Amino acid sequence: MKETIRGLAYVVGDAVDTDQIIPAEHLVYSLKKPEERRLYGRYAMSGIPTNGQGLPRGGQPFTEPDAYKSPYTIIIAGGNFGCGSSREHAPFALREAGAEAVVAESFARIFYRNAVDGGFVVPFESTVRLIDRIRTGDKLELDTSSARLTNLTTGEEYMLHPLGEVADILKAGNVFEYARRAGLIAT
Amino acid sequence: MTLTEKILARHAGRNRVAPGDNIWIDVDILMTHDVCGPPTIDIFKREFGEDARVWDRDKVVVMPDHYIFTNNHHANRNIEVLRDFAQAQKLPHFYDVGTERYKGVCHIGLAEEGFNRPGSVLIGTDSHTCTSGAFGLFSTGVGNTDAALIMGTGRIWVKVPETMRFVFEGSLPPYLMAKDLILAVIGDIGCDGATYRAMEFDGEAVYDLSMQERMTLTNMAIEAGGKNGIIAPDEKTLAYVRARTEAPFEAVYGNPDARYRAEYTYDVSTMEPVVAKPHRPDNKATVSEVAGTRLDRAYVGSCTGGKLEDFEATARVLNGREVRIDTYIVPATTEVERAMHATIVDGESIYSIFEQAGCRIGPSSCAACLGGPSDTFGRTHGNEVVISTTNRNFPGRMGSKQASVYLASPLTVAASALTGVITDPRDVMEDVRRRGEVNENPFQRKP
Repeated sequence: MKETIRGLAYVVGDAVDTDQIIPAEHLVYSLKKPEERRLYGRYAMSGIPTNGQGLPRGGQPFTEPDAYKSPYTIIIAGGNFGCGSSREHAPFALREAGAEAVVAESFARIFYRNAVDGGFVVPFESTVRLIDRIRTGDKLELDTSSARLTNLTTGEEYMLHPLGEVADILKAGNVFEYARRAGLIAT
Repeated sequence: MTLTEKILARHAGRNRVAPGDNIWIDVDILMTHDVCGPPTIDIFKREFGEDARVWDRDKVVVMPDHYIFTNNHHANRNIEVLRDFAQAQKLPHFYDVGTERYKGVCHIGLAEEGFNRPGSVLIGTDSHTCTSGAFGLFSTGVGNTDAALIMGTGRIWVKVPETMRFVFEGSLPPYLMAKDLILAVIGDIGCDGATYRAMEFDGEAVYDLSMQERMTLTNMAIEAGGKNGIIAPDEKTLAYVRARTEAPFEAVYGNPDARYRAEYTYDVSTMEPVVAKPHRPDNKATVSEVAGTRLDRAYVGSCTGGKLEDFEATARVLNGREVRIDTYIVPATTEVERAMHATIVDGESIYSIFEQAGCRIGPSSCAACLGGPSDTFGRTHGNEVVISTTNRNFPGRMGSKQASVYLASPLTVAASALTGVITDPRDVMEDVRRRGEVNENPFQRKP
């Protein structure tokens, strides 16, 4: 996990479920083969209805139709982000598109766990409703150890809930490295 | 300790656990399918080696069910990945496509094949793995990484959840099904109302339900964000399990002094048929509030609403009549499909009632519940308005982002299929009205 994550904000609403993060029809591609896995970046967030894509304006796709990478690095979301299915393809797709962190009012449990255990994106919970204060395209800086989010475009600063005990897994890289270092599985 | 806490404590080798404890537990069954199995296998090989063996081949269950009847070559390739792995690992519990063993929807298949054993821990790479909790076990869905770790070690870390208790009292009226009860709960507490928590269902109305109907309750725990849904075992549970497996198990029960995060009590005798309106499972309305809403399609299927009793309920409404809108029927498993031929409702087999009513009947799989490849049976492609016995109605869930999906019980879906608009089952079921006078629910007395 990086100490500082910098990049553009992509803002979405409440209850963005895993079908919106990566529609089920795309779950057929290999997550290993490079020529297939990049398609997860192409279709990341493509299930969100058009008016919810990149708030407050909408109509701004996370990844352009012909691209494999997104220009956005930090996702700002409302409540219950990642609800729905257990597909690990969801945090994987965000990472494959180039996202590094999601700051949401709250997360659904399995998405949160997958984000952490696979080491795909850093999931922070906000203390206030950020989707009304941050606009898609704002420049953000996220300090992961102090849990501080700075909007470089507006100069506003927000304290987030600390990562707590899952920081150890994110620092290790994923749950396998964590378990090895903790002596829970043989190296 | 609650039932969930006691099962977790036993599987962690501890006398006691408390909500919030992070513990490592032993897994009794790991289940995976064609969507999450192949990436789980990739991670397992990456972390444990190309030639590594699974920790216990008798505890790994592979049930392909998602994208089975499709020409999508990536989807077909994923079945082959499972086949190769099952062969290389000599997995005894692989239910291969195109063979006599093929089951269909894993959560129902797990019950039918006797893998849902009271007191055990069952983890699956699917959010509806919580379904198995109807049998008094701890079951939850995980991602590929966690599943790969289990595959190699037989263990997983969990945070012990607080338990919310939902007590259903009274006698269930004949026009209600378990689907109405769980949609009411989700509507009341919201899609994140049980996040990180166990949902325990209790009360005489729950124990009056058959095992199939109990599975509908625990199945949708995830729709409220729950980590697991659970119902303490009773004689019906034990009879069902013993008829399907000789494997040993030990039923576990919560202590009388168990502490619950919250308790909710419902009197089922006064409840109404309900739907979840587009585009969230917690967007509750009574059927009477939305009655008359124009529909394009009805759908009966999935782990939630594709069990034999779901089709019995549907058939009782459709018997001798014709549907007014496209009506798709997808039995969850091949066992359900066979039983649809063998089960007679008011003098006709369920299967033939559907044929005569003009329904489209597809082969057992998850099918359009989650959209899937473009040639998936029953998938939406436009702005269809659908009423469905499935579990989720977020935008795009059944394929098209423009489609609108209402979730409802099989009785309500069947009644609506007959009229083409959302319809209260009481309006079309004279026989049900008759049975209502003696206050008898045909589902309650089933084993």
